[in-house]
Amino acid sequence: MDDNTIICRCEDVTWGEIRKQLDKGYTTLDEIKRITRAGMGPCQGKTCQRILLRAIARYLNKKVEDIPISTFRPPAKPIPLGTLAGEKDD
Amino acid sequence: MIKRADVVIIGGGVQGNSIAYNLAKRGQKNIVILEKDTCANGSSGRCGAGIRQQFGTEMNCILARDSIKIFEQLSEELDYDIEFNQKGYLILAYTEKEVSQFKKNIQLQQRLGIDSRLITPEEAREIVPPLNIKDVLAASYCPKDGNVNPMLTTFAYAEAAQSLGVKYYKFTEAQKIETENNRISAVLTNRGRIITNRVVNAAGGYAKEVGKMAGVEIPVYSQRHQILVTEPVTPLRESMLMSFSRNFYFQQLPNGSIVGGYGDPEHEKKGHDIGSSWQFASTMAKKMTRLIPVIKNVRLVRQWSGSYNMSPDSQPILGEHPGLKGYYMSVGFSGHGFMLAPVSGKMLAQCILEEEIELPIEKLDIGRFKRGELILEPSVV
Repeated sequence: MDDNTIICRCEDVTWGEIRKQLDKGYTTLDEIKRITRAGMGPCQGKTCQRILLRAIARYLNKKVEDIPISTFRPPAKPIPLGTLAGEKDD
Repeated sequence: MIKRADVVIIGGGVQGNSIAYNLAKRGQKNIVILEKDTCANGSSGRCGAGIRQQFGTEMNCILARDSIKIFEQLSEELDYDIEFNQKGYLILAYTEKEVSQFKKNIQLQQRLGIDSRLITPEEAREIVPPLNIKDVLAASYCPKDGNVNPMLTTFAYAEAAQSLGVKYYKFTEAQKIETENNRISAVLTNRGRIITNRVVNAAGGYAKEVGKMAGVEIPVYSQRHQILVTEPVTPLRESMLMSFSRNFYFQQLPNGSIVGGYGDPEHEKKGHDIGSSWQFASTMAKKMTRLIPVIKNVRLVRQWSGSYNMSPDSQPILGEHPGLKGYYMSVGFSGHGFMLAPVSGKMLAQCILEEEIELPIEKLDIGRFKRGELILEPSVV
């Protein structure tokens, strides 16, 4: 993994951007998410959260299970506003 | 951990960091911020990102006006791009009563130098072309309102404060505030005791609890406010859309996603529950698609919530407690804490350092509730 490796594909966040935040002392998933938006895109971190957890663990020399995960927020899958509003599909 | 500090700030959100930065910038040394979780974990990182000057009380208008002046150059001042985006707020009036309230508000705003004006529904549609103007009677518009990234702003203040020597302790919870002869003497935390004569309550949703720690009764309560965000889409419209009578606010952020919510003071839970409800998402989607039908295929990505810390008149409580020397408060922002943080942080710093305070914030002291000098803010969602 080098600095140009994309970690979060939805928000286009590279390992270099994440490493920069880790170097500053932001070592929780939540802090990194708030600053870089990694995990905030349409997939809601389903792709990148595991990669990110492993990367943080390796950086801190900790086990993956010792890194706290982010809060899961609904919905599980993106829903069109029209569907939520109760409209019928065209 | 440090044993002694000149100022201990409880709460590492946008208020606490802005106060710390403004104190340090004025030369104050030995400042500590206590944050029980991580930076922007509370209301600061959960807010809707909007910044506006179109309020209905003189005090809120002045605070918001001066705050936006600071926001305009804040990326440069803090050397951090906080995504300042000045695309205006369009507040829609649906009732005659609202139109006359807006006229009053605009008169007040213009007298205070705020560039707001009453416009027709057709003019509103020129600003936001896909807008459904059915039932809209008029709109209040201020092009200098807009949005800023609240998370980045909080981190920007935090980093600027730390580069001036402020110590930021995360995962450090204040548990008790010790006093001696009606004066602050120390703060107990889960990581040890800090001797200090000055404590600032900047605890956002937990302001009341941090009052009780020092035996101070603060007349505020916290209430859940929900919010949602969509996937990013091409820019359809730029201004914030808001209505008090139809109860909503939403706007598109620079990355293309649309963020919005509504208030439900009668039904929403009081306290610290920050979960989300399906009913909110469905109701909000109805409000959004009714107003901008073209977004019906845009997908909701995430919903969450945060606390409004409500004061009896929806205006903040700022300044030192009259009965407890060294106990300062920056609380009760009633949903507008993020947008007012640049100015409230500066005012608190001036108050703590006993400098001349630029704005008449003595009117926002905690004593106003006993004196019965409530000035109710009519323009809140």
